[in-house]
Amino acid sequence: MVYAKRIDGRDWTELRPMSAKVGVIDNAHGSATFSMGKTVAFAAVYGPRELYPKFLQDPKKGLLRCHYNMMPFSGAGERVRPGPSRRSREISLVMANALLPVMDMTQFPNAVVDVFVEFTQTDAGSRCAGICAAALALADAGLTMKDLVTAVAVGKIDDKFVVDLNYEEDSYKEAEAADVPVAVLPNSGKISLLQMDGIIEPEELPKLLELAREATKKIYEVQKKALLKKFEVDVS
Amino acid sequence: MTTLLVKEKDIVVPGQQLATGLDYVPGMGTYREGEYIFAARVGFLQIEGRMLKLIPLAGRYLPKRNDLIIARVIDVSMSYWRLDINSAYSAMLNIKDATSDYVPKGADLTQMLTFGEYIVTKIINVTPQFLIDLTMKDPGLRKLPEGRMLSVSSVKVPRIIGKKGSMVSMIKNATNCQIVVGQNGWIWLYGNDPVKELIACKAIAKIDAEAHTSGLTERIKTFLEKETGAPVEIPREIESMEYEG
Repeated sequence: MVYAKRIDGRDWTELRPMSAKVGVIDNAHGSATFSMGKTVAFAAVYGPRELYPKFLQDPKKGLLRCHYNMMPFSGAGERVRPGPSRRSREISLVMANALLPVMDMTQFPNAVVDVFVEFTQTDAGSRCAGICAAALALADAGLTMKDLVTAVAVGKIDDKFVVDLNYEEDSYKEAEAADVPVAVLPNSGKISLLQMDGIIEPEELPKLLELAREATKKIYEVQKKALLKKFEVDVS
Repeated sequence: MTTLLVKEKDIVVPGQQLATGLDYVPGMGTYREGEYIFAARVGFLQIEGRMLKLIPLAGRYLPKRNDLIIARVIDVSMSYWRLDINSAYSAMLNIKDATSDYVPKGADLTQMLTFGEYIVTKIINVTPQFLIDLTMKDPGLRKLPEGRMLSVSSVKVPRIIGKKGSMVSMIKNATNCQIVVGQNGWIWLYGNDPVKELIACKAIAKIDAEAHTSGLTERIKTFLEKETGAPVEIPREIESMEYEG
């Protein structure tokens, strides 16, 4: 029993403090910011718009293109090298795949919807915060969506199941640790992203997914509140 | 058992449950899955009989046939102009739809319309792949002279025009400006008095921000009266079309 208490003092299934705001970038067609503890994501949606290079155009449906980027100063220690990397390309791809099941891209043949997700600060769980922000920005852009998308990382440290790992837990060295980022469509409970880093037993996965489903319900409430807040107008 | 889970005029988010049971029918911006009707976008709920429908609060312009829009020339070719219509797709204006005059083969089309110029135009055809044809041949369709271009979200255009053009007429009368509102969210505005021109701009920005609230016409009336210092009337029945200056 190495891991008896969480490093930042949270309960095992407690999420970090969250905040969300919609409509933060005026130039974009839709935008949002979502923060989860010290991880802060900004998402801007442009589109549907014309797609170039032309060979990417699909006459049957539009393309959803995600761009994940950590700002150079966003990490905890060393400067993050700017520009695309193997890691950021992978996360861009899994983010697009996590968002696609709720989108109806057949409405925009040959066009593209660009989602830019930038991180000013990261403390693990960035792809999850990015997905939460991107879903809000897509809704803000007025696109047709069957549902929002919520995401959270769950995991196992030593023998404890934990929710929403921070960087210290994510890179825990003293015992066996695994983290499992999960994206859930809040209304149907379907899963659109499931990755894993570390080792868990097969029978432990359903338990972790159950924890993720519970946690994403709380995230959904934060997202919903942020979206509605944008349209509250003080008419006095 | 049919229950409505939200109220009329509520703002709803994608995936939100709107009603259970089979008595309600899903309309624009909603979809049914099993017993439930869900919202498919951010919108403002309207109930028409049994139909639940969402008035969009955001979104880019999707071209529709017979829409009156403002377009900007982005390319000139041998026999047509390509125009930006504030949408995901560009539109084409053919010579034969632009003028009834004889244009000799190989004529320099930039003499008629050149890069960056704005026109009021009408969409005559949209294919399922969004190839868009425009015309300039209807009355009121023309090249726009000097003036101010404003951009608002295209979903708010119906509010800026108002019922039978009442809102835009009220602004025109109060500020003595010429205004052309395109369905694509581009608005051309010209006034002799720069102060009044600015008031018209502010009024349009106010409608853009408060489009989904009720009692808007009254508030714009009060706003115009306060800014211009003269009484403003809300026009009742307007026959003229919104694109006449």
